[in-house]
Amino acid sequence: MEQEQPKKVRSEFIFFAWRNAKLRIGVSILLVFIVFAVVGPFLVKYDPYEYSGPMGAPPSREHWFGTTIFGQDVFSQFALGTRSTLTVGLLGGCIGTMVGILVGLLGGYRGGMLDEFLNVITNIILIIPTLAVLIIIAAYLEVRGILTQSLFIGLTAWPWAARAIRAQTFSLRVREFVDLARITGRSSLRIVLTEIAPNMMSYLLLVFILQFGGAVLNAATLDFIGLGPTKGVSLGLIMNNAVLWAALQLGMWWWLLPPGATIAAIVGALYITNVGLDEIFNPKLREM
Amino acid sequence: MLQVENLTVYYKTIRGYVQALEKATFTLADGEIMGLAGESGCGKTTLGHSLIYLRPPMNYIGGRVVLDGQELPIWDMEKMQEFRYRHISLIPQYAMNALNPTRKIGKMIAELLESRGVSYSEILPELKRRLDLVQLTQDVLKMYPIELSGGMKQRMVMVISTLLNPSLLIADEITSALDVSTQKAVCEMLVEFRDRGFVKSTIIITHDISILYQIADSIMVMYAGQLSEKAPTEVVFQDPRHPYTRMLIGSLPKVGVRYQEERLRGIPGSPPQLLNPPPGCRFRDRCPVAFGRCTEVPPFLEISPGHSVACWRAF
Amino acid sequence: MGRYLGRKLLIYALTFFLAVTIDWMIPRFMPGDPVSLMIARIGTRPEAAEVLRGYFIQAFGLDVPLWQQYLNFWKALFQGDLGVSIWLYPQPVIKIIQRAIPYDLFILLPAILLSWFAGNHVGALAARARWLDNTLLPVGYLLTATPYMWLAILLAWSLGNVAGVFPIAGAYSFSIRPHLSLRFILDLLHHWFLPFLSLFLVMFGGWAIGMRNMIIYEMESDYSRYLEALGTPQKLIRKYAFRNAMLPQITGLALQLGGIVAGAVATEVVFAYPGIGYIILNAVQNQDYFLLQGCFLFIIIGVLLANFLIDIVYVIVDPRTRLGMTGE
Repeated sequence: MEQEQPKKVRSEFIFFAWRNAKLRIGVSILLVFIVFAVVGPFLVKYDPYEYSGPMGAPPSREHWFGTTIFGQDVFSQFALGTRSTLTVGLLGGCIGTMVGILVGLLGGYRGGMLDEFLNVITNIILIIPTLAVLIIIAAYLEVRGILTQSLFIGLTAWPWAARAIRAQTFSLRVREFVDLARITGRSSLRIVLTEIAPNMMSYLLLVFILQFGGAVLNAATLDFIGLGPTKGVSLGLIMNNAVLWAALQLGMWWWLLPPGATIAAIVGALYITNVGLDEIFNPKLREM
Repeated sequence: MLQVENLTVYYKTIRGYVQALEKATFTLADGEIMGLAGESGCGKTTLGHSLIYLRPPMNYIGGRVVLDGQELPIWDMEKMQEFRYRHISLIPQYAMNALNPTRKIGKMIAELLESRGVSYSEILPELKRRLDLVQLTQDVLKMYPIELSGGMKQRMVMVISTLLNPSLLIADEITSALDVSTQKAVCEMLVEFRDRGFVKSTIIITHDISILYQIADSIMVMYAGQLSEKAPTEVVFQDPRHPYTRMLIGSLPKVGVRYQEERLRGIPGSPPQLLNPPPGCRFRDRCPVAFGRCTEVPPFLEISPGHSVACWRAF
Repeated sequence: MGRYLGRKLLIYALTFFLAVTIDWMIPRFMPGDPVSLMIARIGTRPEAAEVLRGYFIQAFGLDVPLWQQYLNFWKALFQGDLGVSIWLYPQPVIKIIQRAIPYDLFILLPAILLSWFAGNHVGALAARARWLDNTLLPVGYLLTATPYMWLAILLAWSLGNVAGVFPIAGAYSFSIRPHLSLRFILDLLHHWFLPFLSLFLVMFGGWAIGMRNMIIYEMESDYSRYLEALGTPQKLIRKYAFRNAMLPQITGLALQLGGIVAGAVATEVVFAYPGIGYIILNAVQNQDYFLLQGCFLFIIIGVLLANFLIDIVYVIVDPRTRLGMTGE
């Protein structure tokens, strides 16, 4: 009976996952963009900043998403931008989740003074608006790459994740199986890694998805006010250029709309996936 | 007087019906305090709740419930509304959290009563008398639930639930969250409520048989969605006839000692899946005295006055 | 109650302290040399560059030991001295920010409050009407997932550029000088509407979904089930659930402030609306570090004030905090 449990849980997960329309929609949209981010840059005919066509031309066979006011190919920028935006989201989301897990598990499991201290730090960083800090950091960096951007986004986004994970750890550490592990004299680290973390896996996945979405939005805002990567392309940067060079006044919708729509679609798909997964993990939310 | 006939309630799940309550038939006399006992998942809570609040995923399949000569439309959420509270009431398992945390208790009671068409000011003197009876000061009406201790909240909920003198009170695992001395006080209060006529009959749902020994007039035992045995308390403890009841009583080291295991330690095996239960007596697989006939469902028959059993060996 | 607010105040004080320290530290400890950067930007003859360098070093107060720089930073701060802008030289930073703040309040306050009220009510309605729920969920998630600037761009393009109903830049027409008249006020509102609407819509989605989920959770909670078992009409249960679901939404407002700041910045950039966000864009483009640091401080102060206001409201509406019975 006890051995059967994991297998049963897994097959049940797949069963409910397949039935969940929200999850299917969300994951499908995400997959489309991930595939596009991987393959898209190979389909590109022009260098993103090369003056390759007529200036400010609407979409055509030659330039699928039209050209910028300088005659650069929007589709080339878009394909590369989608790749870098997803990369920042993935890296920033990972870093944010990692730090959140570390702080949350440590505080939640150890308790005491360490927890008090971490909790105060978490609350303080939670209040400070992330973007303001990012702006001030990014402004002083002379060279900004995708990696540094992800790093700073991740390092400022973890507080709410830490708080949520801390609460989960609190509730788990008083459970019987953890007591049992403690009685058998296993080290704290091993208990946290072998007993507590696996029981929160589903929860951590949800946290990661939300961190992913948050990182994408944060990166887009930073790029949009001109603090994005100093070299390269990103979806926020395309919008930044479009607005700066009066695409709005000139009605160049092909330059303005695709990057934002893509960000909205990616983040929206992440949210829907999150809701779908939540329904699967929490039987209470399943519709009968 | 409560009469239940062939009450069958299933849980609807996406894999099919879970047969949580199968053809329950029993009666409860006026003034009777009946304990309803069994392992968790045996259907005792389903039975209790279906009498007052049968809602999805619970599904009414069949059977009749008659209270004081009037049939209860338990399958109809709307029509049941007028019976709830006035005729049937509930002390829930979660009494600690049963009060709205952001309303003062008096105000909440007033709004609850007015919504049922009862005047709060008219009932207030009686409410205060009952608060005295359960040793709560009248100040609690001006307090928020968070200002009360667990035991106080429990007593408060008991007073609220019985304020309209219902014919039937269902007390659902009300003692499981309390310490032993408070448990005893709460149980004695239930008896007192009956003696003073606040309620006519009471069903106490519990997995703790020893609690029942002190206060229940009769005990009904359930197993895997089926009634096993109902008899006066003395008889259940002295002369149980169903093998499951025997094992249940036998697994108590001695009368009066509580057990808290969800699955009985003394009985090998576990109850069958209720999604597609095997035909016949559902205790069959764990029963030491099972024989060929047990593949048929045994009827729940009265073998002596007030003593009914569902076991082919007992007839 | 005193303890609750006291604890919060302590956290805010620590936060302010940390924020000011960050503000002081970053120009000094980040790789790169902002002074050379600024000089390179201004790009003058070498001898002029030397004079400029001397000026900047003095202006930053870099010619004294670090600990003294730090103390001086605080001293200047309390005297309201945030340095001089480079973008709008020689205007003091604090003057520029003071001019911008009314515009921020003008779009942020209505957008936050109205979206909060409307979102809560629509969310509560959705929890009981299936058709509304089926519309609200996808729309709400789409709105919260939309980057602020993109919704702003979309509105500016569709209602401003294509339909031509609303202006898409500035706080008022260039042709009008600010003065108190109906014509000016109407012009102001005309320019205000689109930035307000884009902020309102994104926030509305979040509140509506939050309220819908909270109210469903409250309706499943123990006190609701108890009332249902006692035959209480749905009306009263919903009333309780709505009231109790509002409480986490108030705390949610405090947690959302950071995101709202980001939204305001992005929206103001799109509409060239002269609030703090627009100033930040210009400060970034002109590498005006004093101005950027000043904006950072003002955002922090604003967020802390808003947090404290929300705390006070929370204490008033939630008896549990009044009684000092929560751990938070």
